[in-house]
Amino acid sequence: MTLDQILLLGSIIVPALSSALLFAGIGGGDYWAKKLAYIGFGFPFIAGIVLFFNFDGSNGGYCFEIFHPRMGLQELKITFHLGLNGVSSPLFAMAGVVGLAAGLTAIRSGAERLRLYLALLLVMQSGLMGLFASIDLFFYYLFHEFALIPTFIMIGLWGGRDRRSIALEITIYLTLGALLSLGGLVALNVMVDAEKFDFPSLSLALANAEMLESTQIKIFGLLLIGFGILVALFPFHTWAAKGYEAAPTSVSMLHAGVLKKFGLYGLIQIAAPLLPEGALAWSPYLLWLALGNVLLVGFVTIAQTNLKSMVGYGSVMHMGYCFLGLAVCSSLGAGSAVMLMVAHGLSVALMFLLSTYIQKRSGTFEMDEMGGLATKTPVLACFFVAASLATIGLPGFGNFWGEFGVFLSLGENPDHRLFLVLAALGIIISAIFGLRAVAKIFFGTGSDELIKHEKENPISDLKPAEIIPAGIILSALLFLGLWPRGVSDRIDQEIGARYEKIDFAALSQFTPACCLPNADDVGLDNNQTSYDSLQKSLPVKPISDH
Amino acid sequence: MEHYLNFSNTNIWSEIWPELALALAAIVLLGIDLFRKSDKPIVSIGSLAIVFQAGLLIFHLFDYLAWHHTFDRETFSGMLHQGIQGDVMRTFFLLSSLLVSVLGHQYLKNKKLRTGEFHHLTMLATAGLMLLVQSNHFIMLFVALETVAVCFYTLVAYNRESAKSLEAGIKYLIFGALSSSLLLFGIVLLYGVAGNPEAWGANYIGFEGQDPLGFQYLGNLLEANPDHLLLRAGVVLIIAGIAFKIGAAPFQIWVPDVYHGSPMPITAFLAVSSKAAGFFVLLNLVNGPFLGMSEFLMPLLGFVATFTIFFGNLAACTQRNIKRMLGLSGVAHAGYLLVAIMASMQFAGDSDRAVWVLFFYLFIYLLASFAVFGVMTVARLNDETEHEFSHYEDLAKKHPWLGFVLVSGIGSLAGIPPFAGFVAKLLLISIAYEAQLYFSLAAMVIGVVISIFYYFGWMREITFHPKPSFSDEEEEKEDPWLNVPRMGLFKFCMLALAVSSIVLGIWQGPFGDAF
Repeated sequence: MTLDQILLLGSIIVPALSSALLFAGIGGGDYWAKKLAYIGFGFPFIAGIVLFFNFDGSNGGYCFEIFHPRMGLQELKITFHLGLNGVSSPLFAMAGVVGLAAGLTAIRSGAERLRLYLALLLVMQSGLMGLFASIDLFFYYLFHEFALIPTFIMIGLWGGRDRRSIALEITIYLTLGALLSLGGLVALNVMVDAEKFDFPSLSLALANAEMLESTQIKIFGLLLIGFGILVALFPFHTWAAKGYEAAPTSVSMLHAGVLKKFGLYGLIQIAAPLLPEGALAWSPYLLWLALGNVLLVGFVTIAQTNLKSMVGYGSVMHMGYCFLGLAVCSSLGAGSAVMLMVAHGLSVALMFLLSTYIQKRSGTFEMDEMGGLATKTPVLACFFVAASLATIGLPGFGNFWGEFGVFLSLGENPDHRLFLVLAALGIIISAIFGLRAVAKIFFGTGSDELIKHEKENPISDLKPAEIIPAGIILSALLFLGLWPRGVSDRIDQEIGARYEKIDFAALSQFTPACCLPNADDVGLDNNQTSYDSLQKSLPVKPISDH
Repeated sequence: MEHYLNFSNTNIWSEIWPELALALAAIVLLGIDLFRKSDKPIVSIGSLAIVFQAGLLIFHLFDYLAWHHTFDRETFSGMLHQGIQGDVMRTFFLLSSLLVSVLGHQYLKNKKLRTGEFHHLTMLATAGLMLLVQSNHFIMLFVALETVAVCFYTLVAYNRESAKSLEAGIKYLIFGALSSSLLLFGIVLLYGVAGNPEAWGANYIGFEGQDPLGFQYLGNLLEANPDHLLLRAGVVLIIAGIAFKIGAAPFQIWVPDVYHGSPMPITAFLAVSSKAAGFFVLLNLVNGPFLGMSEFLMPLLGFVATFTIFFGNLAACTQRNIKRMLGLSGVAHAGYLLVAIMASMQFAGDSDRAVWVLFFYLFIYLLASFAVFGVMTVARLNDETEHEFSHYEDLAKKHPWLGFVLVSGIGSLAGIPPFAGFVAKLLLISIAYEAQLYFSLAAMVIGVVISIFYYFGWMREITFHPKPSFSDEEEEKEDPWLNVPRMGLFKFCMLALAVSSIVLGIWQGPFGDAF
């Protein structure tokens, strides 16, 4: 086992082990609990960063593979298979970063029954790292459940208003989504006669024996609705904002930031490449639903007066862009969606973190009861403005590249131009609610409630311990925004290789020759980004020498 | 003469030694109880029963592992059939009986009831169940079933001081008698056709002299005449009789009432052993003698399964009494298991995979049910039938180990990972897919989601803090968890159940290979 493999396996086992020690009550006292939690959250962070930079995607496919054929149900061809590829490695790193920030926040949160709180959060962290590291589809699902179940418990135990009924509602809703997607995965398992239940084996088997289009449409539909519920796709989004509002900060950060990417990751990495005809058949419907996320949920977001529920709805709204990217069914669209997922995970986690900082100072989440905080807390104001701008999608932050790519991919296809225009309105919507929040909270004069609150609780700026988690996330966002190639290159290698196999131009009637990259140009050469190939395939006349 | 020779050649008593040993020990226990003089004995009857059954289970497992090459043969002139599947079920019943005795020991001590008869009847019922799953002949099947039923009638009404227990006993007696008579009527109809050579003319050739109630013979008959009206009526009546036992809709109406009134260990016994036996008999029948009618039976069972799933789950949602809720959720589980039975029919001839999935599900159900009922046995309520959700408030904080066992049991029943119930449901979903039972599959998925409502509602009471009450006059509520006694063996068994539920959820080990 190489060091990299140990890091990969350790990123799952170390949090799980520290959580088990916390459950067992080893060490006793909160002091040791905190020390254990530092290890449990620190290790995945380090592993995520190291593996991100060590990742060598030059030959495509998976790196750092770990394989145990005997550790699963043999009957269902399940094996224990870990590894990272171009799509999962940035998400894996993102999970490590957000996990550390959430963990540091939790350690300092002073929650009641801190040991249990940290132990459950560590289970969640372990599941999140395992989710992106799994190649086997069953373990991918299982790790998701490991991360999901602590969410319910933690909302129930440490949640805010109406925690008990919201915990129950979320559990039922998300179990429905999880079961539907499990049904889809089982259908894949049963219908495809593959050697193992992981992506490479499945795609190999499907290359040999084509699946009927009607079957593809059914299975993709199951996966889309199941995963859609988990990602809060438009008609199934009602659980999300309510749940995030009730959940404790660290849980909101991990769930909205990382866990919710599970469904999209499954759709982009597994469902669409394996079931291209199914994806194409669903694409027109998905475009409208995604537009529902962007516009309708966007309007709902504008109407929010509660900061935390605004952030919750905003996160749901931006998932619409990821779905738009997926629905285009091109390598550019899917790649940009992955880019946006990474950036969105970071920015949403940052927003939740900052809104809790604000609440600690103003004593409320109601934006009307704040105002003028910028003069008292300049550092917090800086962070919040930066986070809002990132959410809106301004250049310099990772979100820009993701949203920009999605718009580009929508523009590629003349039939999607309408969606491009409508989706672009979303930027205005996010600007409205983002900037209005900045104005209401930090500028203007303090409201009466805030002044009253301030008399009893003097407001101070961010402490170093609060700056660290926010700083970690913000620097990751800036890194992504200023050097997108670090992520986009490897996404392109992976997504390009997957989506180019599908000749979308032939599958759909329209053949925008000038817009879709040519299969000859890209298909075999993995080193080209699709941005590059896009330019290459533009009908530019070669310059002759004479 | 040949007939008698056949008799003596096939009466291999050694094949049924566990049943004989169990029945003999039951009688000995009764004798000890009868002739014992001192009021303070050195060894209680309960401990004797537990030790004996544990020993028997170990010996049987050893026997099973060492000798299973002798399997798959008919004994007692075709009355019994020893096979690997039947032997798995025998192990299942021995384990279940052992756990009932452990629970019963605790329960009887709490309630200060007589112990001798309880263990005696439990062991007799188990012996009957073990014969039932090996039966290869309708007479044997009926006799074994009645042996079990009579024991259960008594056991359900065992708590004679409780009116509810007596009421449940009467209800179970009446419904049980009804189901037995349906079953018997079905058998008679089959016999009426099968036993009369003239009734089916030319097809009779080749079957002369065979036993008209043997499974082999009936299988051939039904395959040759799948459209015969009387045969169809007989088959439907037999399945209706079994549907009563497993609590499948529309014959589920007794379930909540009887579960509600019976003593806690017996509720568990009914929920696990009695139901499992019904399923195994049904499996045996639809894959054996009734296989020829599968085209007629599939839609029928499909309807029953869907109806059962929806009725069980929806009715359980409305219950405030936990015993009734568990009874109705057991009805829903019966619906899921019926899907496995249908899958086994669909794979006709190659049903092994579906059968192993059924077994896996039943074993997981056993682990989970005994964990749940075990914890409920510990609760000390004035009226033990009235378990309400509110009695479980904050149990995880008061007694962490009880909370842990209960949560693992409920989690496994609900099918939440990492508990084993999840793997069982996953296997069930996958074979339902393979068998192309999409409609039942959809019902199952919806049912599981509905079930989250009541299972999670209960878990919520156990783990999450209750709302602080704002009324000044705090109502004096009885706390069933005040004096939880020290219980060595009981605690060990409960924790073992919970841990094995979790371990099997993560690593299936040899079970994974069995499929």
